[in-house]
Amino acid sequence: MHELSIALSIVDMAQEESSRRGDVAIRAVHLQLGLLSGVVKDALLASYEMACEHTALEGSRLIVEEVPVLVFCHNCNAKKPVHSLQSFCCTECGTFTGDVVQGREIFVVGLEVDK
Amino acid sequence: MNSPTRIIEVRQNVLKKNDVIARALRQRFHEAGVFVVSLVSSPGAGKTALLEKTLTLLGQRSRVAALVGDLATENDAERLARSQVPVKQIVTGTVCHLEAAMVQNALEGWTLDGLDFLFIENVGNLVCPSSYDLGEDLRLVLMSVTEGEDKPLKYPTIFNSADVTLITKIDLAEAVEFNAEAAKHSVQAVRPGMTVLNVSAKSGVGVKEFLGFLRSRRDHARAIAASQAADTFATPEK
Repeated sequence: MHELSIALSIVDMAQEESSRRGDVAIRAVHLQLGLLSGVVKDALLASYEMACEHTALEGSRLIVEEVPVLVFCHNCNAKKPVHSLQSFCCTECGTFTGDVVQGREIFVVGLEVDK
Repeated sequence: MNSPTRIIEVRQNVLKKNDVIARALRQRFHEAGVFVVSLVSSPGAGKTALLEKTLTLLGQRSRVAALVGDLATENDAERLARSQVPVKQIVTGTVCHLEAAMVQNALEGWTLDGLDFLFIENVGNLVCPSSYDLGEDLRLVLMSVTEGEDKPLKYPTIFNSADVTLITKIDLAEAVEFNAEAAKHSVQAVRPGMTVLNVSAKSGVGVKEFLGFLRSRRDHARAIAASQAADTFATPEK
């Protein structure tokens, strides 16, 4: 259960960003979460609420966009989605490849603030 | 009533702090010429037993040291101290994984120069450690024959973050009717091309091959570092 420490980092980041911009009130944090990040969305959402308690972000929302896993398929010579996390093969041609190019990200991509 | 809002675009890696420390550690390890190997597995897969054997045997010809992470006790460090090499326990409290900062703190006051190998044993957990880079050169994931052949399918993320799978307690394979082919198939499904080695710390089966593998990976890393240094030296000033 490392989602709480991830959530605390998100809150810290958002607060730093807010104070850099004159303590603007943050209503929501937009996050990209890769399916290979090792972070569980539901656990993160529950942790986020806890992490926000008694901070300027209390009551704000965490909006998570899940990012699919892409591999570089050498047969197709292109980035392709994998069949599943249990089967790392190209959905196009079925070639197995471990060359992950997307899906590990835990990125804060946007902050929703008052106009 | 909701007030109107606007979106500020940012792009920040939430694990940036950990990744920055991990990068600094990796740089420090490379400069010292030490090859760093981390071990992850579920609790009880045999990390400490394998490490005990590894430190003792590898320590006969090389200079080795270890950091071991655990939630509450120092038992593992006491066990590993029998191998007569420098060992330090990282007690994480309630934290279920090691982070780069914990490794950095544990190494305070350590001189890495002259070390050949440093091992970092993570907390027994197949979920949380996958997200945290520790600055290691090689991440080993252990699965014991008693855990079932489909372990990689159940925990694809950790297997995907690792470089090598070690199938441990191989001396028990027959007794538990372990299907080695099915296990290898599971590993290849979640991490195509991954090296899989069989070992038993108890009977010694596969240990020699495992140590040979570690030495060759270390030599390979050193050769790359040396050729990079030579390239830097050979590049004429512009």
